[in-house]
Amino acid sequence: MQRVILCLLMLTLVSGCSDQWGWYVVDPTTKNGAVNLKFLLSGLYYTVLLSVTAISISIVVGLLIALPGLSSNRPMRVFSRTYVELVRAVPILVLILWVYYGLPQLSGLTITVFWAGVIALALSDSAFEAEIFRAGIQSIAKGQYEAAHSISLSYADTMRFVILPQAIRRILPALGNQLVYMLKMSSLVSVIGMQELTRKANELVVSEYRPLEIYTILVLEYLVLILIVSAGVRWLERRMQADERN
Amino acid sequence: MGEGAEPIIRFEAVDKFFGSFQVLKKISLDVALGERVVICGPSGSGKSTLIRCINGLEQHEAGSLSVEGTRLGQDRASLDKVRSSVGMVFQQFNLFPHLTVIENLMLGPVRARKLSREEARDLAQRYLERVRIPEQADKYPRQLSGGQQQRVAIARSLCMEPRIMLFDEPTSALDPEMINEVLDVMTELAESGMTMICVTHEMGFARRVADKMVFMDHGEIVEEADPETFFNTPKSQRCQDFLQKILQH
Repeated sequence: MQRVILCLLMLTLVSGCSDQWGWYVVDPTTKNGAVNLKFLLSGLYYTVLLSVTAISISIVVGLLIALPGLSSNRPMRVFSRTYVELVRAVPILVLILWVYYGLPQLSGLTITVFWAGVIALALSDSAFEAEIFRAGIQSIAKGQYEAAHSISLSYADTMRFVILPQAIRRILPALGNQLVYMLKMSSLVSVIGMQELTRKANELVVSEYRPLEIYTILVLEYLVLILIVSAGVRWLERRMQADERN
Repeated sequence: MGEGAEPIIRFEAVDKFFGSFQVLKKISLDVALGERVVICGPSGSGKSTLIRCINGLEQHEAGSLSVEGTRLGQDRASLDKVRSSVGMVFQQFNLFPHLTVIENLMLGPVRARKLSREEARDLAQRYLERVRIPEQADKYPRQLSGGQQQRVAIARSLCMEPRIMLFDEPTSALDPEMINEVLDVMTELAESGMTMICVTHEMGFARRVADKMVFMDHGEIVEEADPETFFNTPKSQRCQDFLQKILQH
């Protein structure tokens, strides 16, 4: 991992020596470069806020969609299945446009760019979260439900104290994956004007005409962000396993 | 066990099907308060299904089944009432792997019986001492031997202070050297006057503690007798064959 980062940095630095590159636009030692760099990095705030808000909502919604899908009641299962199939079929970009431009017309409510982005991302991701939860919950042995039944736990307590803690440990890598995916997909919200990383880069390109350098910085911003998230998820996984074994 | 006392569990002509396969055929059985019943029979004979009906893990399709006077039907209320007075121990222990031993024991008392955490902890510690593993309280189930895990499972059931205990082949998944530690705990429990129904192939245990032996085959109760009669003069051919097979070692 460290070697990969090193190679990428080397590549950009070495290439910087040739004629096509003009690193001056983001050179922190010059006044203009420092301003530009700060401008690019300022997008980080909304990228993270947008992704974290959206994934928090989508995990809750995903769980609420997954649970009826596992019930013995047929209409509930059909509801869950239909939600997943419909939501999963809409491209995220289309959903963002629809929520931002279409939904206000339908509902009469005005909606901010931020919340349009959150709703679209959360909605889209919730279908995948539902499938992840369903797989995780289904992987828990029947005996766990029977033991919970025999000590008189209610359905809600059985889920909360017995099934979900075990299921979540198993699906943690998949949940981490979704967070990484969410961080990347949040770049699409730039099309409706969200001031996140990608939008900032686009705006700077328009004024500075240096797409190569600016988008390279953008790539590195996402890369670093996602490597940090990956490391965090790995750490969490190790800690939860240690909990069970120690 | 007073004469003529109302039975604590009563099966009357109970039928149960898995799809088109009939697992229980016209089962009628009474269990009195404090009685120890051992059910045996070849695998697939319906003995596990029979005891799983008692705490509602399986639903019967015809006939009637009542526990402490409550008829088990489809409704939630009767099921909740019955399962709160019935404890169950499983072949595969079914401990909660993500919780420590003491947390396994405390979960039911805290969530279902609404005890405070302190009360639940005292109760759990008391039952761990009763199954003779108080020192394992803070370990996780996977750190214990099979015999210890099964004793934790018994203690977990007892923490609900049930009036009836069901055992579904509690020693079948254990290594031979661990069977006795579990049977000892069960024997003590029987001596304390607990109403017990055990599905088991441990005939030595059955002889020692059972008040009543039940032999099942193909979903029917073929023979029902006190252990003395059951082991010495079994009436049916099927029961004789079965006993011969499992007792010849």
